[in-house]
Amino acid sequence: MSDVIPRGSNVNAADSGLGLKGLEAVDRQDALPEEPRQNRQSFRRWFVDKGWRHVVAWVAILFALFPLAYILSVSFNPVGTLTGSNALFQRFDLRNYTNLFNNPDVPYGQWYINSLLIAIVTSVFTVLLCALGAYSFSRMRFRGRRFGLVTLLVLQMFPQLLAITAIFLLMIQITDVFPAIGLGTHAGLIMIYLGGALGVNTFLMYGFFNTIPTAIDEAAKIDGAGHARVFFTIMLPLVTPILAVIGLLTFIGIIGEFAIASVILTDPNQQTVAIGLFQLVSGFQSQNWGIFCAGAVLAALPVMVLFLFLQRYIAGGLVSGSVK
Amino acid sequence: MADVKSAETKAPAAPSAWGDDPFHKPQRRLTSGGLVALLVKVVLLAIIDALTIFAVWVLVAKGDWIAAIVLALVVIGVNFIYIRPGLLPGKYLTPGLAFLAVFQVFVIIYTGYIAFTNAGDQHNSTKEDAIAQIVRTSQERVPDSPEYTVEVYKQADQFGLLVAEPGGDTAFGTSDQALEEASSAPDGWEKLNLSQIVRFQDEILAINVPVSDDINDGTLRTSDGQKAYVYVSSLEYDESADTFTNTETGQVYADDGQGNFRAEDGTTLTPGWRVVVGWQNFAYAFTNEQIRDPLIRVTLWTFFFAAASTFVCFAMGLFLAIVLNHPTLRGKKIYRILVILPYAFPAYLTGLVWAGLFNQEFGFINQVLLGGAQIPWLAEPWLARGVVIFVNMWLGYAYMFLVCTGALQSLPDDIIEAAKVDGAGAWRIFRSVKLPLLFVAVAPLLIATFAYNFNNFGVIYMLTRGNPRFTDTTLDIGATDIMITMVYKVAFGGGGGRDLGLASALSILIFIIVTIVAVISFRQTKALEDLN
Repeated sequence: MSDVIPRGSNVNAADSGLGLKGLEAVDRQDALPEEPRQNRQSFRRWFVDKGWRHVVAWVAILFALFPLAYILSVSFNPVGTLTGSNALFQRFDLRNYTNLFNNPDVPYGQWYINSLLIAIVTSVFTVLLCALGAYSFSRMRFRGRRFGLVTLLVLQMFPQLLAITAIFLLMIQITDVFPAIGLGTHAGLIMIYLGGALGVNTFLMYGFFNTIPTAIDEAAKIDGAGHARVFFTIMLPLVTPILAVIGLLTFIGIIGEFAIASVILTDPNQQTVAIGLFQLVSGFQSQNWGIFCAGAVLAALPVMVLFLFLQRYIAGGLVSGSVK
Repeated sequence: MADVKSAETKAPAAPSAWGDDPFHKPQRRLTSGGLVALLVKVVLLAIIDALTIFAVWVLVAKGDWIAAIVLALVVIGVNFIYIRPGLLPGKYLTPGLAFLAVFQVFVIIYTGYIAFTNAGDQHNSTKEDAIAQIVRTSQERVPDSPEYTVEVYKQADQFGLLVAEPGGDTAFGTSDQALEEASSAPDGWEKLNLSQIVRFQDEILAINVPVSDDINDGTLRTSDGQKAYVYVSSLEYDESADTFTNTETGQVYADDGQGNFRAEDGTTLTPGWRVVVGWQNFAYAFTNEQIRDPLIRVTLWTFFFAAASTFVCFAMGLFLAIVLNHPTLRGKKIYRILVILPYAFPAYLTGLVWAGLFNQEFGFINQVLLGGAQIPWLAEPWLARGVVIFVNMWLGYAYMFLVCTGALQSLPDDIIEAAKVDGAGAWRIFRSVKLPLLFVAVAPLLIATFAYNFNNFGVIYMLTRGNPRFTDTTLDIGATDIMITMVYKVAFGGGGGRDLGLASALSILIFIIVTIVAVISFRQTKALEDLN
């Protein structure tokens, strides 16, 4: 996996906060190692070369961060309606956050727990199922292997969402026989998600498994280890990075899944944050705006932290996927 | 797709000298693992088998033989795979494939079947269920019904009545089980006290105990959990003729072959039941003017939305990547992290937040940025479409930025040097050297992004819900609806009720379009060639 952040940049965090004010300082420092000092680089020359890049970058950052800053501001604004939310960062009050957890009509804590539970269980099983599949595709040669790989590749073109009516009717029938895994249950929803577990994930893992030299597991086999032992105690530890990435990507994806969850989970106490927050502002009623923004901040925080923490690996995966 | 390619080139495939037997076995053993592995295997199989036996038993009791046989055969196959030595790939693939088979492959096929049925709000079950429900919902209290004293009992989520008949006998029954003589409730049933009766009010109101095995004799219902009266249906079902007769008006309703009991004057009884109706759903979608014209507009908009979203995301991402890809640009690292933040923000929240920002009366954009303008961002069709693409750009450009940054950095320096030596300027180098090379690298991802946006449910549904609505149809379809949100709204939206059959037919249309796009793109990228 290649690194997204290029190594050429010897910038440390301290001077990275430079705004437009600090441009001249940048100019002088930057010019030193680069150009074998002709004259003092003129501002104009510097601007043509690099300065405008800073301007563009700051405009882009403003564009990227503005909605995020806005919801953070609204979440601390006790007025709590759309109308009263336009003055940014004027007031600081945690009322929206406390309302979120004290309002019986908005069981946010319960939604949060549901979302976490569903996403964690789904990710763990997804990783396990994919690792098993990728291992067999990577290390074994069997009839139907190529066909299997191609089929997975083709199937992932068809999102489960398209079959949502069939999923709904199937779940009604399952409810008749096994209410515990039918409509309205987390177990049922997790099973549906696991249906889409193989596919693109298996491919990412398959590629990674292929980079592990086969000599390692062959040696273990010669030493008498069975296939289960090779898989669990030798292979899995070697591929931990890809397991973590797939697990977290799945986690992030499931936390944000709306359509299937909204069809399967009908009881408000069983629902996830995505459905709950949607209903809170559905019809774009403005009176719940503050509570919604507080809920959005809390819902987005763990996902964003995870993402930023992992962005190098995720980006690396994307990039290595895009570049031959 | 491309991931495979790169992985393959990075590491040549494992040696094929393994032949059919991937793991040579020093000696023949039942399991290749130790005792623990054997134990785990046996316990897991035992649990699966026990659950299966239970499930098959329930299915047989319900008379669903086909499902029972299929389930039994599948689980026997699973046992075979895990107990028999060898078949290693099967042992590894079965768990994932099982879920894939049911919730991905089967449901796609099932969607095809539903597309040919009348499944929906009024037709969601079997004929027997429909008959029972018609009888139940058309009930009226018998004017001179005697008064029965009752006690309510509960077991799990089932409710039953212990009835003291006027004559002095007592009997017990539930909604599924007609009254039977009994001196007390069966074991395991628990009598409800007053507070529980209040709590389970709705369930108690729904209790409906048949007086005898003949459905036309009427049922006992209670409104307060203490007194019950006999209710009979005003519609009498005649099993031999397969008709309902209204006892008051004499109107006869017969099976019309379309999943309804229909009278001669055309009135039908609800609910109906699910039957295969052939191409009706497809014909409806293509001929009924309530849906035909909107469907065409939605389809065109779906293509436009997917293409435009992909393009603006790519353009913006590439632009930023080029701008920030300068060897000695200060603060590059922190710029890059800040610029990709929208990608980290959960997509379902993005739409909701922007919907608030673009609100016509109170939104930040109109109120603050435009000084109190009243621009109908989300109410005017083309403005709303523009907003949708704009918001999707906010959400998606970061991904393209990452991809393009990576691709730019991997462009070979010597080619660019050569171009410089030949006297090409910066713009010429970009246009004639960098861009074509970049396109080669990102083309598969552009196709994947197009496919993703084609079914990008989240951003549309959360931002506009497909609104503003078309004015020339009563269906809940709007100017920003793409096909997948239309399917969802037809199937589960409020408004005109659920029509699962029509929604499935629309799904099938999308499947066909996606397949065509997939085939073309696979041809183009030749992604499959690299699979060995």
